[in-house]
Amino acid sequence: MYDFNIVRPKTVADAVKALAEDGAMALGGGHTLIPTLKQRLAQPSVLVALSGIADMKGVSAAGGVLSVKGGTPHGTVAKEAAKTYPALAHLASMIGDPAVRNRGTIGGSLANNDPAACYPAAALASGATIVTNTRQIKADDYFQGMFTTALEPGEIITEVRFPVPEKAKYQKFEQPASRFALVGVFVAKYADGVRVAVTGASEQGVFRWIEAEKALSANFSKAALANLTASADGLIGDIHGTAEYRAHLVKVLTGRAVEAA
Amino acid sequence: MADGGIGASTKRREDLRFLTGHGKYTDDLNVYGQLHMHIVRSQVAHGTIRKIDTAKAMAMPGVVAIYTGADFEPVGGLPCGWQVTGKNGAMLEPKHPVLAHGKVRHVGDPYAAIIAETLDQARDAAEALDVVIDELPAVIDMKDAVKGGTLVHDEIGTNLCYDWGFIEDNKAAVDAAFKSAPHVTTLELVNNRLIPNAMEPRVAIGDYDGSTDESVLHTTSQNPHVIRLLMGAFVLGIPEHKLRVIAADVGGGFGSKIFHYAEEALVTWVSRKLRRPVKWTSSRSEAFMSDAHGRDHVTKIELATDMQGQFLAIRTETYANMGAYLSTFAPSVPTYLHGTLMAGNYKTPLIYVNVKAVFTNTVPVDAYRGAGRPEATFQLERVIDMAARELGIDPVEIRRKNFVPNDAFPYQTPVAVAYDTGNYQATMDKLVQIADLKGFESRRAASAKKGLWRGLGINCYIEACGIAPSALVGALGARAGLYDAATVRVNATGSISVLVGAHAHGQGHETTFPQVIASMIGIDASQVDIVHGDTGRTPFGMGTYGSRSLAVCGSAMVRATEKIITKAKKIAAHMLEASEGDIELKDGKFTVKGTDKSKAWGDITLAAYVPHNYPIETVEPGLEETAFYDPSNFTYPAGAYACEVEVDPDTGKVTICSFAAADDFGNIINPMIVDGQVHGGIGQGIGQALLESAVYDADGQLLTGSYMDYAMPRAEDVPFYKVDHSCQTPCTHNPLGVKGCGEAGAIGSPPAVVNAVIDAINRAGRKVAHIDMPMSPARVWAAINA
Repeated sequence: MYDFNIVRPKTVADAVKALAEDGAMALGGGHTLIPTLKQRLAQPSVLVALSGIADMKGVSAAGGVLSVKGGTPHGTVAKEAAKTYPALAHLASMIGDPAVRNRGTIGGSLANNDPAACYPAAALASGATIVTNTRQIKADDYFQGMFTTALEPGEIITEVRFPVPEKAKYQKFEQPASRFALVGVFVAKYADGVRVAVTGASEQGVFRWIEAEKALSANFSKAALANLTASADGLIGDIHGTAEYRAHLVKVLTGRAVEAA
Repeated sequence: MADGGIGASTKRREDLRFLTGHGKYTDDLNVYGQLHMHIVRSQVAHGTIRKIDTAKAMAMPGVVAIYTGADFEPVGGLPCGWQVTGKNGAMLEPKHPVLAHGKVRHVGDPYAAIIAETLDQARDAAEALDVVIDELPAVIDMKDAVKGGTLVHDEIGTNLCYDWGFIEDNKAAVDAAFKSAPHVTTLELVNNRLIPNAMEPRVAIGDYDGSTDESVLHTTSQNPHVIRLLMGAFVLGIPEHKLRVIAADVGGGFGSKIFHYAEEALVTWVSRKLRRPVKWTSSRSEAFMSDAHGRDHVTKIELATDMQGQFLAIRTETYANMGAYLSTFAPSVPTYLHGTLMAGNYKTPLIYVNVKAVFTNTVPVDAYRGAGRPEATFQLERVIDMAARELGIDPVEIRRKNFVPNDAFPYQTPVAVAYDTGNYQATMDKLVQIADLKGFESRRAASAKKGLWRGLGINCYIEACGIAPSALVGALGARAGLYDAATVRVNATGSISVLVGAHAHGQGHETTFPQVIASMIGIDASQVDIVHGDTGRTPFGMGTYGSRSLAVCGSAMVRATEKIITKAKKIAAHMLEASEGDIELKDGKFTVKGTDKSKAWGDITLAAYVPHNYPIETVEPGLEETAFYDPSNFTYPAGAYACEVEVDPDTGKVTICSFAAADDFGNIINPMIVDGQVHGGIGQGIGQALLESAVYDADGQLLTGSYMDYAMPRAEDVPFYKVDHSCQTPCTHNPLGVKGCGEAGAIGSPPAVVNAVIDAINRAGRKVAHIDMPMSPARVWAAINA
């Protein structure tokens, strides 16, 4: 890794100020950024560590919405969201290993938008609102393709607001090596309809399977998917699975999520 | 028997330091004044080096020296320790330079070494190196490679290293048997390329002392004496008495730390040149592209039988990937460690093996846990399973029908080796019992209720271990002897230091070797310590690999201890005023037969070093003996394995439900350590069968260059094993009657897993003959939906 400076602001405002410096990068849990630095694939002048900002941590629920602050580690979500939003807590409990879950944060995951990450599926399927230091962004507008989001340079995710569904479940089929999602499907049933978000599968990152949403909104059962086929167009094909295999898994996992919800 | 002797499941004494962070691994060592070395490696699979301009990099802060291939032109290449003679004569052996010169031949091929005060300074300088490499087309696929076209080594004019027929004189008879055979089963398969992934990456520190002209190399090696010989004699021209190789605690090897690597020669050579210590530590990323890989065979095997499943003949054709250069023992793996095992546990009368060793633009391939024997076992046990299915014979019965019978030992196989002893029916009986084969159908029904397809895979294995009789392997092309040595140094108070040529890097020698001496003398094992891993302290031995340590080095230790006992009896006879022949040693006491006159072990050892009342005219003082032991044959551990799997037809995911192993390792010193060795081996075999695979794209880029894409087995991927080694036919030719257990699990388990998956799919009504490893969910799903 190259030399860099590190600052540890105590407030979001100070973090925003520090990120305005040329070559500054935000450091959440560091599970993507630190390996990148070790490989000398990034050369930030200053790392702005968000972990010291007390106001960016915590899980709370009110009025049918679960709020997770941007700097909350996965392990905390796994514990503290369990009553209000068990499907989200379960998803968080399956990310990486205990060390990852104690450092990695929801804000870091959503800002990075890895095409195989778990949280984007939950945020998109829940129709979550991504709150930053400057604005609120609807999940449908937030995810803009693999590693691409609506965030502006220097913008920090301070909170994620999840409308709590009637029923929900996440099903992850692990890539054998990385244990990221080869395909992950999050199904969430709300009073006004069902949302289905798929991670791991697409060249464009997380996406909604609209046909399945329609079918499940009409009839929330695995049988409702029987005549559907997820398209392999634009899906990832690599040594761990062809696009066709991933498309097949999208359907299998959607069915399993519905059954388990 | 004293506490902690032969047969006791003594806990591993070395684990205390390993588990409390007190192990002495090479990277833990920092020598005063050391420099750091960074290796610059090729990013392309094949290319012509047009320019390496070091001027700008040399001017960077902290940079002391930069070396390239040109500096090593006068130095020897990395030697190959085994010469295979093929159908057309000796194998082709292109130079394996310490640093690539003229051409780079695989991703990761080192072409420059940067020496700086700190590692970061060396890495900074690497980025300032002005390098032009013109990329050439790469040759990756072995069958493409043998057609010619792109050549890995232009000077030899071909990519075919050797074409080996075994045994060529038997070929006509084998072909004739196939022509008249009632049934022939044919299977083409891949034995997937593996990356060893020892927990500790390789490290090398060169430390030259100008005052004595001695070089010390600290390295992560399984065989320090071999490295000293190869590097000193063939690469750098340093005589043995001026070169000391130390491999202290080593965090796993699995074969990958047998070989002599460029970095070892580099740090030694550079430290002599600069007169300062030089340290190199591999990153995990470097390990993926510079540690020798394993396996990588493509094989067609044919099995001729009668309609009742009697084996008549076996014929194979294998392409074995050597990678870009010949690693230290690479040529022996697909030949003498593979062809010689093609009889398996069976009395097949006619066998012919053809192996084409091929150069490609990939990392060199060499021995990896099992080395050739897993490849032999896999193809044989897969084709037997396939034949059983074709002929409608139970997979247990077809094996039983063809086993070498108990009264046939010693059994001369048609592929050179002669098995000394075995009882294959007994291990199969034990397997049937511990795997509860009778209960399979009800377990299958329970799986079916969950929507899962359950399958049962059975296989046997045999291996040639206790490597190896020197004269025999010499005749087969080995350029070294494969004996081992031990010095038993009894101290004045009776404690014992045993200096051994074997090297422990996970095997538990520090626990098991003392158990043997404890039993022989009748003292507590805690009185005995093992010293290994330092050519400056231990006698010349060949290190640890090929499940050889106890069978070969342990035998040397027994012989040396016998000499000690003989001498101690002479001393005891003098002190007890009895004749030597009347002295008995039992429970650490020398007694005059039929009397109560005795001397304790400590009395005799003290007398040896304080020889006041001593037979000084006929017996030298001191109590220290060395023995070299050269085995008269290989040992032949064998066993029968069973695996049960569930296949999820919706996703193709395979889950291992149970794994049972019935092994015959001959006599056993420490059953707990044997269990652990088998567990680890099966875990690696499950890794090969389901998860692991080194994949190159057509341009020679390693697609599995990190744990993001190279799948290692984890605890959740393996079941609780049922292992049994109560079937024991002791080896007939070594003093302990031991056979070796280090590789069995890795050899025996892949076919069990694959047989189980194929069984599950076929029982579910889908006709699938074979799926190549690793049987990833995607591959299994594709096969059942083809």
